[in-house]
Amino acid sequence: MSFATEFISMIIVASIPLLLATVGEILSQKVGNMNLGVEGMMLLGAIGSFLTVYTTKNFFLGVLVGFLSGLAGALIYGFLTISLRANQVVTGLALTTFGTGVATVLGADVIGESVAEGVSKWSASIPIPLLSKIPVIGPAVFSQNIFTYFAYILAILAGVYLYKTTFGLNSTAVGEDPAVADASSINVSRHKYVLTLIGGGFAGLGGAYMSLIYVPSWTKDIITGRGWIAVALVIFAKWNPYYAILGATVFGGLSILSAWTNLSQSMTYIIDALPYLVTVIVLIFASISKSRKTGPKSLGVAYFKEER
Amino acid sequence: MSLQLIKRGRVALKNQIIIKLAAVVMAFAAIAVFLLFMKQNPLLVYKEIFTGSLSGAYNIRQTITKAIPICICGLGLSIAYKMNFWNIGAEGQMMIGAIGASIIGIFSPLSGPVGIVIMCLMGMIFGGAWAFLTAFFKVKWGTNETILTLMLNYIALKIVTYLQYVAWKDPAAMGFPKIADFPSEIRLPSIFGINIGWLIAITLTVIIYLYMKKSKLGYEAAVIGNSEATAKYIGMNTTKTILITIFISGAICGLAGAIQASTVNRTLSTDFTQNAGNLAIIVAWVANLHPILIAVISVLFAALIQGSDTIQMSFAISPAISEIIQATVLFFVLGSEFFLKFRIKMRKHTGSKEEVKA
Repeated sequence: MSFATEFISMIIVASIPLLLATVGEILSQKVGNMNLGVEGMMLLGAIGSFLTVYTTKNFFLGVLVGFLSGLAGALIYGFLTISLRANQVVTGLALTTFGTGVATVLGADVIGESVAEGVSKWSASIPIPLLSKIPVIGPAVFSQNIFTYFAYILAILAGVYLYKTTFGLNSTAVGEDPAVADASSINVSRHKYVLTLIGGGFAGLGGAYMSLIYVPSWTKDIITGRGWIAVALVIFAKWNPYYAILGATVFGGLSILSAWTNLSQSMTYIIDALPYLVTVIVLIFASISKSRKTGPKSLGVAYFKEER
Repeated sequence: MSLQLIKRGRVALKNQIIIKLAAVVMAFAAIAVFLLFMKQNPLLVYKEIFTGSLSGAYNIRQTITKAIPICICGLGLSIAYKMNFWNIGAEGQMMIGAIGASIIGIFSPLSGPVGIVIMCLMGMIFGGAWAFLTAFFKVKWGTNETILTLMLNYIALKIVTYLQYVAWKDPAAMGFPKIADFPSEIRLPSIFGINIGWLIAITLTVIIYLYMKKSKLGYEAAVIGNSEATAKYIGMNTTKTILITIFISGAICGLAGAIQASTVNRTLSTDFTQNAGNLAIIVAWVANLHPILIAVISVLFAALIQGSDTIQMSFAISPAISEIIQATVLFFVLGSEFFLKFRIKMRKHTGSKEEVKA
């Protein structure tokens, strides 16, 4: 395999956890829920899937538990912010603390353990006929593991849901103005719950990808800020799941650049800070030019029907 | 039958405290279930957390030392939150403040009481300036301060990482990536075996209390927190108030960073904050932004952390259990606020439509 092919292939692998978490957070924010617990939900997904695979040796069960673990985190968040109207920022931060604690405590006995031999076959690449024969790019992009294809499909499905289905347009309406959506007999709470929970599940899948494919063994610092980069990516991708694919690839590339190139030491620290710097710049420019969209209008605000 | 929510008016302080205490009790009950699932006796674990943090002079000193940065940052954040300005950047402001303090403490010949004062002032100016950046973009273009302060935390962390591994790496450390220690002459002195940060924290608690209750700036910030439109309508210079308040907010967090790095950690490193800036957010919130409660709850949270550090020795359980406890307590307190804000009324479905709009 040529250097370029291997490099592109690694960028894609590095981008998938970011992509899953970002698309999840987009779904959540689209219905007005800014969930700053992404890092925590990814950790829940990572430990849930790792422990499942470690004990049952069943890859698919592990992925499912990863999804459900992230979803469980989002359920705490959703119950507090949607049903009990708690503050979104504080609830999300608490969820990150919670996920960090749970992953560290439950993972204490398996630190350094690897995913079992029989299971690692699922991270083997599956070449797509014809496409994988394209020089350089083919073997990099179209010869990935099954989880990677699955992630792209999920991102595209999220886009189709939001832009092409009535339900999805209703979800967007809920995030823009829940009172108006409510008046047009859209079930606001149901939309908020469903998308927030699925969003958490996606973050959990991102965590599962880390512990089952990327690393693939247990260390408590397994997510190391990827959840926060996902929060940043939502803004970078302008709340669009398709742009999230592009954004995750760029940020994923940045995250492995220093390990793969012969940069000066100072340069690597600047590159490490780039995702955050870029987000700051995007955020500031978006607010300067008011014409650009700066996210769903009701983002961060609890909806209280009786106040309508 | 269906449920209907009705907004409550002000709830008496006594009832607020009862509801919140009930939430804390329920949180500990929930964690007890988790501990049972981990095959631990929750009562023994709780007892160990208590004795490991609040019995014996050594443990109490450790607990207070841990409470100092949480309390100071919590106070700093509270004045921003009163204004409804979501500064979640205490971690970053602590780090940048500590960089300012290092310039004086490590790289200047200043020392003694004068040096310590100048070092702390530098910490405040640096931390304040870092927070001011966000406030500037917020008042100028309405940039979302939550995400901005959050991102600036990570940028601050990368700056400290760069300083530790490259620019300020101590040549005397034989290749080990660390910054030189603060000389002992520039560390804060101790009273009762605890660095005088505790005196600073208590003084600040009183100052912030007076600031919120008596000062014009504190009053204006509270009005803006309630409604920025109202504040503008009655002729307040909201831009000025926001910029000054957030500078002070960041400066207080910067002070916490200066104390923590110079005196407790004794050098600037990537992990010197011990997550105090993030804990302060939780503490400020649980305390309902009340300065005295912030001080008390900081000590309780610090006790939880200190106690959890000690349970590792007697039980096969990670000290990270303290993170689970912190988060669970916060979940229950957040949930309990619902019952302070709303009343639930059962309603039969026979009434006219008008009844729905309470």
